[in-house]
Amino acid sequence: MFRILQNTSWDFVRQWKLALITVLLFVIPAIILVPITGFNYSIEFTGGTELRLQFAQAPNIAEVRQVVSDAGLGEAEITTFGSPEEIRIRAQERSQIERQAAGAGTVADELEAALRTKYGAEGFTRLSGEAVGPRVGSELRRNAVLATIIAFGLTLIYLAWRFEWRFGVAAVLGTLHDSLATLAFIKYADIEVSLFVVAGILTVIGYSMNDTVVVFDRIRENLRSNRKQSLRDIINRSINETMPRTVMTGTTTIASLFALIAFGGEVMRPFALILTFGIIVGTFSSIFVAAPLLLWIEKKYPHATDAQPHTRPAAPARG
Amino acid sequence: MQNLKARLLLIAAMIIASVWALFPRSVIERVKNPDGVLVDTTVSRVPLKLGLDLRGGMYLALEIDQSKQQVTDVSDALDRALTVVRTRIDEFGVAEPIVQKVGDNRITVELPGIDDRERATAVVERSAYLQFQITDRTQALERVSPRLDQIAKERGLDRMTPAATADTSRALTSLFQESDSTGADTVATSPDGPFRRMIGPGGMPGQYMVAMADVRILERILADSAIQAALPPGKVVRWGVDSIVLGQQYYRPLYVLESRDIITGEYLVDAKPSQDPLEGAKVDFQLNNEGGRRFRSETGKNINNNMAIVLDDRVMSAPVIQGAIGTRGQITMGGRDIQQAQDLALVLRAGALPVPLIVVEARQIGASLGDDAIREGLTSGIVAIGLIIIIMVGYYRFSGFLAVCGLGFYILITLAILAAFDATLTLPGIAGFVLSIGMAVDANFLVFERIREELDAGKSVRLAIDEGFDHAWSAIIDTHVTTALTATILYQFGTGPVRGFAVALLAGIFASLASAIFVVRSLYYVWLSRQKTPPTTLSI
Repeated sequence: MFRILQNTSWDFVRQWKLALITVLLFVIPAIILVPITGFNYSIEFTGGTELRLQFAQAPNIAEVRQVVSDAGLGEAEITTFGSPEEIRIRAQERSQIERQAAGAGTVADELEAALRTKYGAEGFTRLSGEAVGPRVGSELRRNAVLATIIAFGLTLIYLAWRFEWRFGVAAVLGTLHDSLATLAFIKYADIEVSLFVVAGILTVIGYSMNDTVVVFDRIRENLRSNRKQSLRDIINRSINETMPRTVMTGTTTIASLFALIAFGGEVMRPFALILTFGIIVGTFSSIFVAAPLLLWIEKKYPHATDAQPHTRPAAPARG
Repeated sequence: MQNLKARLLLIAAMIIASVWALFPRSVIERVKNPDGVLVDTTVSRVPLKLGLDLRGGMYLALEIDQSKQQVTDVSDALDRALTVVRTRIDEFGVAEPIVQKVGDNRITVELPGIDDRERATAVVERSAYLQFQITDRTQALERVSPRLDQIAKERGLDRMTPAATADTSRALTSLFQESDSTGADTVATSPDGPFRRMIGPGGMPGQYMVAMADVRILERILADSAIQAALPPGKVVRWGVDSIVLGQQYYRPLYVLESRDIITGEYLVDAKPSQDPLEGAKVDFQLNNEGGRRFRSETGKNINNNMAIVLDDRVMSAPVIQGAIGTRGQITMGGRDIQQAQDLALVLRAGALPVPLIVVEARQIGASLGDDAIREGLTSGIVAIGLIIIIMVGYYRFSGFLAVCGLGFYILITLAILAAFDATLTLPGIAGFVLSIGMAVDANFLVFERIREELDAGKSVRLAIDEGFDHAWSAIIDTHVTTALTATILYQFGTGPVRGFAVALLAGIFASLASAIFVVRSLYYVWLSRQKTPPTTLSI
């Protein structure tokens, strides 16, 4: 049989300092940047209007901008989307969103009317239109944050019940790291935060939790069967033993995502990009973040687990 | 051996159930024909529902507009608005409109295939109008029908969408049989014209039945200006809101009413459903003093006539007037249940207390965009599956092949679950599905790596397989549960497309458990049972 990474015995836990520095270097610039410049939210979250138009001939963007500006919507963002004939117009300024309080579609109608006068009825077709009033957006933002918190809470409870609270806390902190890193990635890559992207972040959380659970499951098992080794050695051994599975699952998942990035079209691409990043970082974190955290928590709050066989008095086996 | 048989039977049962759930079945769909007319046709298709982002259409979210008037009881106001919006959605002639109450302050409307946002908005934002009108007792429509058919013929209206009418079988005897000299001739060459052909008698004066397939055509004919001018004077023609089943056919009632209102919704104060031990379910309504005076004199003149309750030009119900009614009246539901009394009371209140609505969110997706999304989703799905097959078989050889069989089962089961639960497939749903294929093989990896370890420890092939599955179980269940938790939360908070993603993910999680744990293990057993001597090596 063909095997990779068999019987390795790398000391992963030793690298925790290097891992910590890498994490901090990646996350801290985002922590500084986000409060200043914010995320690039989609109109679902901010309210606003977005039109996708298919022109018969590739229009001059500057000309389209002029028309839009003459219609009193100068702040609108105008870009091509996929092909030069396809134009995306996004009006997200506060004044424009406030006008939508009287009916979400008002700005979209004005935009389209202005462009029709210039390009004629046959000049373009409306591929899609989205108009979100101001209240819907803020509600959605709150819901997204709430959903993420509940996801963390429930997973913590489940893991605390299945394993032990130390494992639960380490897994949740490791996953929290993944969500921070993913958010930082979204910031650096300037990906528009839409509902679809939030779904992607939650999937990253689920995946990264998966990865951590697999490693922790092995730690739990090795703790039961081997009471002589130190926790540090057991953690290292468990990571090494689960290594082939970690690599194989990462490979197939990224292969699926590759298919989505290459063939899934413009709308799916940001989602697939985030997941690719999240899966790499999630694998990294179960090894270099969650596992050292487990060791650290155990050192801070020892006892009460099978993890400290050397501090436990040799007691006769009980039935 | 007994065990293996039971396993295989169970797998076969699951496959049969899945194939049955996915088997194309005939559904009635309303589609646009080349003339741009919506017609009902029976098509055979796989029962998977596509979301608006895949088939194109219109999504609206509505809220009560508190800026125009303060609404005290938001929940009741929303129920009234929901009744009104449901009634009006019919104007679009959409095959599967979805009108839902979301949370306690919002109504969402989904209209597949509609791309005219301005019209959709105007229709749902208009405020409700309730009228009480007496149904016609003079057979006015019968008398003008020949003349109407004549006009229809002159204007070429009778040849409208012959394809749609030709296959319509009529279970109802034509109301105008005596004048039908050609007898049971083919519809296309019938000299009668649309009115005498399509309109059959109803159950009360002024009520007629029109087969569902003819409704759209007749609607267009009735909208013609020359036809309008020739309709009986002093009468109005209105469609009923329900469809009625007679025999195998669906009919939509058509009413001819006195155009004069007895009263309108503005005189109505309140309406409540109640249950009477003798009369069964009924609706009690109350009018203000002026309304009561008018109503008493009008109902006194029309005893034993039918009074149509008309909301937004649709006849909701047409009870018989049994006596003069003043400020307090009641409508007995004729043995129907309390639910229907509640619905009618809601209709009356909706007319009495109109609720101003405002569109807070509108999305419109063109059909071409939907086609692109389906194509892209399919391509990426096929490529993902291809890549995974290469990885699995390349790395695990025979065992990988078994896992690929399991993957086939996984895909079948996931789609069947989606169809069985009537879930809607959306673009994020496809993404979730493609992604879950990559994740579904994770359980296989856990098992295979475990089997390899057991083999390394010197165990026999049979024992290694059993222990591999047993030892991998705890990791598999924990990973599946944590993912299921996230998916459930996504479903709870998400709307539309994201919900589709969560549903696809959840279906995938269950299917993955069944395929990786049960199916692949059974396949191993099949392989083991076919070996003459216990195998000493395993291709893994």
